[in-house]
Amino acid sequence: MLYREALNKALDEMMEKDPTVVILGEDVGFYGGNYRVTEGLYAKYGEKRAIDTPIAENSIVGNAIGMAIGGLRPVAEIMTVNFSLIAMDQIVNQMAKIRYMSGGKVALPMVVRMPQGTAIQLAAQHSQSLERMFASVPGLRVFVASDSTSAYYGLKFAIELDDPVVFLEHELLYPEKFDFINRPDFNPFKADIVKEGKDITIVSYLKMLHDTLKAVPIIEKELGVTCEVIDLHSLNPLDMDTIGNSIKKTKRFVIVTEEPKTGSFAAEITSRVTEEFFYSLDAPPLRICGEDVPTPYNRKLELASIPTPEKIAQKIISWGKKHGI
Amino acid sequence: MNKSYVEKAYYLMKLGREFEYRAKEEYMKGNIAGFLHLAIGEEAVHVGASLAFGKGDLFVHYREHVWALARGMDPKYVMAELFGKVTGVSKGKGGSMHLYDPKFNFYGGNAIVGAQIPHAVGAAYARKFLGHTEGVMVAFGDGATNAGNFYESLNLAALWELPIIFLCENNYYAIGTRVDRASAIKDLYKKAKPFMVAEQINGMDFFEVFEAVERAKEYIETESKPYFIEALTYRYEPHSMSDPGDYRSPRELKVAHDRDPIEILKKKALEKGLLTEEYIKKIDEKVQQEIEEAVKFALESPEPDLDELYKDVYCEVCTDVVS
Repeated sequence: MLYREALNKALDEMMEKDPTVVILGEDVGFYGGNYRVTEGLYAKYGEKRAIDTPIAENSIVGNAIGMAIGGLRPVAEIMTVNFSLIAMDQIVNQMAKIRYMSGGKVALPMVVRMPQGTAIQLAAQHSQSLERMFASVPGLRVFVASDSTSAYYGLKFAIELDDPVVFLEHELLYPEKFDFINRPDFNPFKADIVKEGKDITIVSYLKMLHDTLKAVPIIEKELGVTCEVIDLHSLNPLDMDTIGNSIKKTKRFVIVTEEPKTGSFAAEITSRVTEEFFYSLDAPPLRICGEDVPTPYNRKLELASIPTPEKIAQKIISWGKKHGI
Repeated sequence: MNKSYVEKAYYLMKLGREFEYRAKEEYMKGNIAGFLHLAIGEEAVHVGASLAFGKGDLFVHYREHVWALARGMDPKYVMAELFGKVTGVSKGKGGSMHLYDPKFNFYGGNAIVGAQIPHAVGAAYARKFLGHTEGVMVAFGDGATNAGNFYESLNLAALWELPIIFLCENNYYAIGTRVDRASAIKDLYKKAKPFMVAEQINGMDFFEVFEAVERAKEYIETESKPYFIEALTYRYEPHSMSDPGDYRSPRELKVAHDRDPIEILKKKALEKGLLTEEYIKKIDEKVQQEIEEAVKFALESPEPDLDELYKDVYCEVCTDVVS
C-alpha cells in the first residue's frame, strides 16, 4: 500500500465511523490534497467535512482549535511543515496549552498533519525538518509515520486521542509502497524494533529509517557486527524503554535524523541515553544528522546537506573502527 | 426592556466593578501576582453583551474578570484563580488571563492579542455544522484589529456564513499606543464593513450595548451570517498593574469618568422606573458581602498540591498509556 493511500484510508475510515471528524486545510477538498492524501474525501463526505481553507495557516490551526471546542474532531492539514511556522502561535501558545491553562476543563481532540523533510530541489523555504520544535513543547503529542502501517494506524490513533497531536509525515514517502501489516493493536506510544541485532542500536524515523536500513548491510559486512534498528512512531511520548533495553544489549547507540544537528531532537534523545544508560555504553553515542545549513537548491549540495545511505554507512563504519567495534 | 434584566445588569456591573477594585487592592497586598488587567469603565460592554447574548459560546481576551462574572461564574472561584489557589476556576494554573468554564460556555481568556478570534470562528463552524441554534460571540480590543488573525477571521466568517458576533471593545489604547496612532482606519467598524453588517455603538451605555447585541444575535441566528459591533468604551485603569498609565491626560480621564457606565445605567433606569434607590442600596450591600466572601474564600483556599504540576498536560487516558 502506498504511504499516501494508507493516510487516506485512515482518514476515510475515521470520517465514515465518526460524523464529527472533519478535515480542513489548503486544497484538501475539491482539489484532493497537494500530495493526494485527501483524494476522494470531498466527493464522499462533501464540502462541510472536507473543508477547503484559504492560505491562512494561523487560521487553519486556530479554527481547528475552535472546532474541537465546539464538538468536532478536526484533522487539519498544513500543506508542509514549512508553513506551520505561520501557525506557531496557535500550535504552541494555544493548542498545546489550553488544557493545562483551563485546569483540564477544555480538551482539544485534534490533529495537525503535515509533511516535512528535504524533498528534491525545493530549496530552503520548502525543505526542512522541524520535529524538535513540536516535540519540545509540553502539551503536544508528536507522531512520526515511517511507513504505510504506522501511517494508517498512527493517524487513526491520533484522531481518536483526546490530546492535540502533531502528525509528521515525510514528503518523499507519499508515493512509496510499503507492505501493509495488519496490526489492530498498534500503539504509536511504543517504538518498534524493525530489525534485531546484537552490537549497535540505531534509532531513526521517517525517511531516515529507510536510508538507515539500506546502510545496515554495508555496516554489518564491514564491521562484522549486527545492528538493531528502532523505528520511533512517537517523539512525545518517547519510548525510552525500548531504546534503553536495546542499548543494554548492544552497548552502542546511534541516532539518524534529517534535521540540522545543532539543537536537534537527536540531541535530546542522545542526552537522555547518556543520562540514563551511560554505564551501559561501550562507545560514545553517535548522531548522524543534517548539516547546519539552510537546504540548498543545487542537487549535489542538497544531498550533501542530509544523511544518505552511503553517508550513514560510512559514518557508522568509521565511528565503529575508531571505537574498536 | 424587561425590569429583571436591568436589575441583573446593575448587580453584575456593580459586582464587576467592586471585584476589580478589590483585585487591585489584593494585588497591592501581594495576594495576586503576575499581570492583572482591570476592566473598570468597560462594565457596560461586558455585562450588556453577555446578558443579551445568552447561552452561546463566548471567547474573550485577557481583560476578562467581568466577562466571567457576567457569564455567571462565581466570584469566589474567579477570585481564587487570581490568588493561584486550587479552588480557582482553572485550579490556579491559568491565573487572571486564563479563566475557562464550559458550563457557562466560557472559553477564556487569551493572553495573545487576537488569538481567540480564529477559535471563535472554528467554534461557530462546529456549532452550525452540528445544528445548534446558538451562535458564537468573540470579544477583542482595538489593538487586535490591526493583526492578521482579525482579517483572516472576518474573511472566513463571511465566506463560510457563520453565526458569529465580532465585538470590538475600542477602549482607545493598545497598552500605551492610542488607536489613531496604530490604525489607518479610524472608525474600526469600517474595517469589517466589506465583509458583514457592522455598526458602532456607545459602549458606556448598557442599554445601547444590550440592544445592539440582541439585534446582532437575532441576525446571526436567523441569517446565519456574521455581525460586527464596535463598542466605544474606556478603561479607567492603566493597561495592567505594571503600566504607569501616564500616557493619558487627567482631563481625558475626567471626561471618561463623567460618562461612567454604572452611573448612566442608574440614571436611565431610575428615570424609567426600572430600578429603585432601595434596590440599588440592597444590591450594593449584597455585592460588598459577596466580594468579602470571595476574598475570604480565596485566602483560605489551599494552594495546589505539587503533583498538580504534571496533571492536565495531557488527557488521563494518554498518561495511563505512557506509564
